[in-house]
Amino acid sequence: MMRGKPDEDEYWNSSKFKAFTFDDEDDDFTKLKESKRAVNSIRSLVEDEDDEDDVEKVNWSGEPVGSISWSVKETASSIRSTGEARDLSFPKIDTAPSLPKNSSGYSLSSLFKGKAKPGSFQSFSDSFSDQSLRNYAPELRKPKSEYKDYVSDWTPKETVKRMQHGKAYSLEKFRSLQDKLLLLDEAVDAHDGNVITAVLIYLKKSLCKDILFRELISREIALRHYVHYLKEMEEHKLLVELFRSLGRSEDMALMHYRDHLNIKDENKRRDFLKDCLRQPFSPDDASHVQDHYTLLERQIIIEANDKKLENSGQADIFKKYPRKASILNMPIITTLYYSCFYHYGEAEGTFSSPANIRKTFRLSDKQFLLTCLGARAKLKAWFDVDALFTSKNWLGYTKKRSPIGFHRIVDILHKNNAPVQVLQEYVNLVDDTEQKISLAQKYKCHDVVINTYRDLKDRQQLVVYRGKVDRGSPEDRKIEDLLSNTQIRWKN
Amino acid sequence: MAHSVRRDAPELPDFSLLKRLARDQLIFLLEQLPGMKDLFIESDLMSPLDRIANVTTLKEHEVDKLYKVEYKSIVSTSDQLCFLIRPRIKTVKWICDVVNADKAIGKFRRYKVIFCPQKFYACENLLEEQGVIGDLTTDEWSFYLLPLDDDIISLELPEFFRDNFLEGDQRWVRTAGSALHLLHTLYGPFSKVYGIGRCSKMAYESWREQVKEGEQRPRQADIGNVFLIDRDVDLVTPLCSQVVYEGLVDDIFRIKCGCVEFGPDVTSSDKSIKVMLNSQDKVFNEIRNEHFSQVFGFLSQKARNLQTAYDTRSGMDIQQMKTFVSEKLKGLKQEHRLLSLHIGASESMMKKKTKQDFQDMLKTEHSLLEGFEIRECISYIEEHINRQASMLESMRLLCLLSLTENGLLPKDYRSLKAQYLQSYGVDHLLTFSNLKQLGLLVEQQPGETLTVMESRVGKLVNDKTAGKLTDAFSSLAKKSNFRALSKRLNLVPKSDEEYDLRVPRDMAYIFSGAYVPLSCKLIEQALERDGWTGLEEVTRMINGQEFVVTGSNGSDTRVKSDAQQIILVMFLGGCTYSEISALRFLGREKGYKFVVVTTAITNSARLLESMLDRHA
Repeated sequence: MMRGKPDEDEYWNSSKFKAFTFDDEDDDFTKLKESKRAVNSIRSLVEDEDDEDDVEKVNWSGEPVGSISWSVKETASSIRSTGEARDLSFPKIDTAPSLPKNSSGYSLSSLFKGKAKPGSFQSFSDSFSDQSLRNYAPELRKPKSEYKDYVSDWTPKETVKRMQHGKAYSLEKFRSLQDKLLLLDEAVDAHDGNVITAVLIYLKKSLCKDILFRELISREIALRHYVHYLKEMEEHKLLVELFRSLGRSEDMALMHYRDHLNIKDENKRRDFLKDCLRQPFSPDDASHVQDHYTLLERQIIIEANDKKLENSGQADIFKKYPRKASILNMPIITTLYYSCFYHYGEAEGTFSSPANIRKTFRLSDKQFLLTCLGARAKLKAWFDVDALFTSKNWLGYTKKRSPIGFHRIVDILHKNNAPVQVLQEYVNLVDDTEQKISLAQKYKCHDVVINTYRDLKDRQQLVVYRGKVDRGSPEDRKIEDLLSNTQIRWKN
Repeated sequence: MAHSVRRDAPELPDFSLLKRLARDQLIFLLEQLPGMKDLFIESDLMSPLDRIANVTTLKEHEVDKLYKVEYKSIVSTSDQLCFLIRPRIKTVKWICDVVNADKAIGKFRRYKVIFCPQKFYACENLLEEQGVIGDLTTDEWSFYLLPLDDDIISLELPEFFRDNFLEGDQRWVRTAGSALHLLHTLYGPFSKVYGIGRCSKMAYESWREQVKEGEQRPRQADIGNVFLIDRDVDLVTPLCSQVVYEGLVDDIFRIKCGCVEFGPDVTSSDKSIKVMLNSQDKVFNEIRNEHFSQVFGFLSQKARNLQTAYDTRSGMDIQQMKTFVSEKLKGLKQEHRLLSLHIGASESMMKKKTKQDFQDMLKTEHSLLEGFEIRECISYIEEHINRQASMLESMRLLCLLSLTENGLLPKDYRSLKAQYLQSYGVDHLLTFSNLKQLGLLVEQQPGETLTVMESRVGKLVNDKTAGKLTDAFSSLAKKSNFRALSKRLNLVPKSDEEYDLRVPRDMAYIFSGAYVPLSCKLIEQALERDGWTGLEEVTRMINGQEFVVTGSNGSDTRVKSDAQQIILVMFLGGCTYSEISALRFLGREKGYKFVVVTTAITNSARLLESMLDRHA
């Protein structure tokens, strides 16, 4: 220990801290007595509780606990029968899992487990409180004497306590199934996940898995600890078996599916995904996994072809825009983008064509349009962009349609650096006049603004807008022409 | 802009003591392995370690080289290795590999593993199975609490959220109890504990056990009241976009252990700088709790003042100038530096947010909170997904939709999930499974009402079919009842009222006046009512397992009233900077001082990232 610096000395000896004691049991005991005396002299607050039974009962699930305020006087006389923890100053509250209000009044665990009679437990731990420092002082060597008092007939409760305190303990003596389960339930009641897992590790070693699984079914909390432990230990096989025996087939399927993430080689990954299809996914998930498999299968084909094409140097598009990354393991939408970028106009029959991808993965018009728009705009293929919205009606007139509002289209085009000439065409298609004007102003589509004001016969706005354009510019002249036009009957 | 502090608000206790304790214990542990040694540090322990010690401290205690744990084979030539790690299976496995690799080539070394803040049996069991016990010794560094600021203490355990609420693993419950116990010992005794949430209840129990086992020296309490709250009591708040300065900085730049790294776009130079963000930074301290829209005005006013201060130089004589340089200049320079930094940060944040159409995003969020024009919100989210905009943001909006609407209609759920998988990868199937398990993103059960569910559960209990029981249990927990809670607690102010962000009238200001954070509202209400009486309906909807208990600790018969005004709020599963700002506001209004203890500082991105499962 570091001594010497005055401030440290002061710190270790100040009232907030106790000095350490090495192997000095007496000292501990003196202190213990002192503290007992001190604590006993304090009027204690103890809720009327009898430990063993009470934990199992759900007595205030969802009830307002504001009503439970323990006043000093009321509870001073209620000293618990077990004799344990007379010195506690805060009341115990029931932490057993509870079901909502009008449930049957049983907790989950109480349905299944047999409990030992209360009172058979000695309060052993009560006499040793050498851990008081543990939480803020370095763990020192434990008193030698503690190892001497090693006895192996600790009750489940005492054992759990000792484990919580990091003291010596022994689990070997819990041999009967009932004892093992009592121990487990005791650990669960202590709300210490660390100890619950420790007990589960022991049960895993000392029980055949069928029995363990069977018992875990009725112990939700322990079960979740076990599942988490197996996940962390990457014992996937056992986990799959566990899910199977619990009838949690979807979890099992997902557990299995998860493993594809660890497979680097794309062909092996594809085969693994194919194999996955036999897993009992929910119907929706099954179709997603099917898509995943199909996607990777196609990506492998596309990747091989495009790599060849790129290396051969024959295709202009690859020369002009070299691929930055492989398409393998990319999402469906990214694959569509890629295909709109490099394989636009291919016949629907080819795997790499946008139309094929759209159809295979049942993509909506909106998804297709947004992705395609992005890709073609990136290439500045404005003609393609135009064609995306053009549809002919039965009389042969062309009309511009879009599954999403044209104001969004304008936004996307702008983000892709579309020139004003292109932008204004789509700004013009915005239905809402106000929105149209504000978009046109935002993206400096002067013609649209001017024409709209003209159509609205709004002279004042036109005058205002003139102040925003450069003097002598074409739009300035256009406004001037309009304002001097005597034919127009302005509304203001 | 600086809010007037009520005169009766007491001073906060000094938490730097916690740092000293942690440092001294670490030194003690290092001395347990005498001689020169190399130290391997778990990457996410590095920042916390930085806050309490520095390289010199370590060197003084015979640490030779420092390495980060990287799960690769090591190159150290030292014959003593010390590992400072979190109790994680993955790290322990790696250490076993290191030891066994050494053994295989006949290299003899001494190893020491220090688990922080405690060891787990699962880790020790692994060491045993791998046959390395005997080659190495283990220890615990009980570094539970890191003060990040005058009023923020963090356990720095981001995994708490996932472990506890998703996996259902209670391994950190006792840790939380121990942290509370430490605070109780140093700053208590506490006289009243409020709590809501299952984990809070268990942590309370664990703490109470530890109090019972230990001893408390009679001392005058610094902190009188404690409020424990589970993160899953309110999942809506951490998923909202943060618009208070500190929260926004966290959302955009990610504050790590109270420290942020500003890139070249902020510093307008070619290098990044790391800045501590806390009350020591005078400029930051004045804007941290402000709505972002107010920050610009403040900063420019500040800049003008600074200019004026500099300008006083003109017309000074030599003597005055001398005084100016020796007394004022340094402070002015410091202020100038901070000011330009925060102006840079504000500009950069503005740019980033404009780029991603933040205004539209906020509008959608507010509509969701209000329950207004839900179809429009859904198509906004859909387009967000289709355009492959940020994966986490899409997920965040989906979760907000589900939480506020008590789940998605089956038709919407299927369609949005499919589009999500198409945009971001099918392997997000695993993410969706996690989100469902936790209740963040669920499908509405057709025709479901609470009473129907309850009677169903009642039947199932007799059924003893555990699988179904589990389902029923978890789907019950999944109901967020947000709309009803919001109505009951008045969380969403009427939208037709103008909200003046310059003069906030309630905690809603942290979300532009659109929403009072549920978590903070619960705290406010319980404190005001001195318990949960009158909130029965609210707590039933939360399924909250609320409690309030009064203790008696000798000294509390004549507790100084100051301690009663200091309230320690412990968030189990993390809290956001916005919530801390809201509590600071509440404290100013009511004359309380809040000390926030959290398992980690969280935000929507961190919370959702912890739900990802992509790298098994």
